[in-house]
Amino acid sequence: MYNFTYHRPETLRQAVNLLSKNEDAKLLAGGHTLLPTMKLRLAKPSDLIDISGIEGLAAITLKGRSVEIGAMTRHVDVHTSPVVQQAAPVIAKLAGMIGDPAVRHMGTIGGSIANNDPTADYPAACLGLGATIITNKRRIKADDFFTGMFSTALEPTEIITRVSFPLPKKAAYQKFRNQASRYALVGVFVSKRGSEIRVAVTGAGGNGVFRVPSFEEALKKRFSPKSLEGMSVPADGLNSDIHGSAEYRAHLVGVLARRAVAEAIGKPVN
Amino acid sequence: LASFQGRKPENHRDSAVEAANGRKPSCKQHVLKEFEEALMAAVSLTVNGNPVTADVDPRTLLVQLLRENLRLTGTHVGCDTSQCGACVVLINGKAVKSCTVLALQLEGADVLSIEGLAPADGPLHPMQEAFRENHGLQCGYCTPGMILTAVDMVRRKGYELDDRTIREELEGNICRCTGYHNIVKAIAAGARAMGNGAGKKAAE
Repeated sequence: MYNFTYHRPETLRQAVNLLSKNEDAKLLAGGHTLLPTMKLRLAKPSDLIDISGIEGLAAITLKGRSVEIGAMTRHVDVHTSPVVQQAAPVIAKLAGMIGDPAVRHMGTIGGSIANNDPTADYPAACLGLGATIITNKRRIKADDFFTGMFSTALEPTEIITRVSFPLPKKAAYQKFRNQASRYALVGVFVSKRGSEIRVAVTGAGGNGVFRVPSFEEALKKRFSPKSLEGMSVPADGLNSDIHGSAEYRAHLVGVLARRAVAEAIGKPVN
Repeated sequence: LASFQGRKPENHRDSAVEAANGRKPSCKQHVLKEFEEALMAAVSLTVNGNPVTADVDPRTLLVQLLRENLRLTGTHVGCDTSQCGACVVLINGKAVKSCTVLALQLEGADVLSIEGLAPADGPLHPMQEAFRENHGLQCGYCTPGMILTAVDMVRRKGYELDDRTIREELEGNICRCTGYHNIVKAIAAGARAMGNGAGKKAAE
């Protein structure tokens, strides 16, 4: 690991000041992506700004037809939150599918979303539910937030404070894990809220998480796995590596989307 | 634990330099040392019930603080990439991979490593006893992490654990010897034993 200066601000304002003073500073949330990246010397921040000491960043609140989750909320706390389990069980379940129990004790929703790893789970939930990412400066729609592999619409001194998820009528997330790393080789999130239908895919896209308009159109006619029978996505631009070819991933997108819809309507395949 | 009590954290860098030279550090080393000290930062936490204050390089991981500064070598480094679980300790009661936490993140935290699970001169913790009784280890390298993961599992899931739950919960702990079967048996037995009294306190 390259050396850095460690900071532990107590307020958001202090954290923003530190970010603006140190161009190469990074925010440290749960650290379960950043620290391994630094250990491999793939990142060289001059300063680490640990935001775990800032109060009020880990609340979970129900606001009308949305649930808001604070950026510093650990995966385990989303997974076990009675509010989330009641209002949006799909989010609670997804949080419990991230990493392993020890990782879930540290990793945070804000960290996951800000990092936008192309195989991460939370970006699929944000895009698949039409979430709004709330920062110290503004509200950003998930459709505008994820701008490519490991990149987001966040400005250098912008900090995610919470994420607002509209509550879906029906939703499910299906994840096909890489057998070794347990990351999503492909993950598909589907949701139905009124007439709005969303299908979001993680793990497969060369530019990170993406929506599948053709699937969404098909599901508008009837929200059933049958509507997606035989459908797939083009393999062009999908990830291809030793774990699976682009064609294989394209095939999985169709399979997992059908399974997710089946689960969402209460008729799970497996 | 007893041998650790009352001992101040060592600055092993000093002792290493002195041991290598057989004399006081040279001028060059002295300058280097001052430069390093400028980058040091202090952290205060509780380890196995004992207050600890240490001056550390900001890069120091919790597992390094435990093993190198405090000489608590029961916590092992396996993969060093937060996958294998050999380095699991409890932070404020929750299982965490100590290879992926900076010591400085733990200001005010309460850390429990395998050395603190049972008194040095007393009986084993029921989970340790269950691993011994059920042959839940062979080389023993993953065992401290397995046992602390199991204690955390009991805290969250209760004293009656079925095999499926245990196997799912062990997702982040890798054993290369046993094939897991006896570990699963040991955890089920240890959880029941904790429910029967002796270990209840540790799980809470």
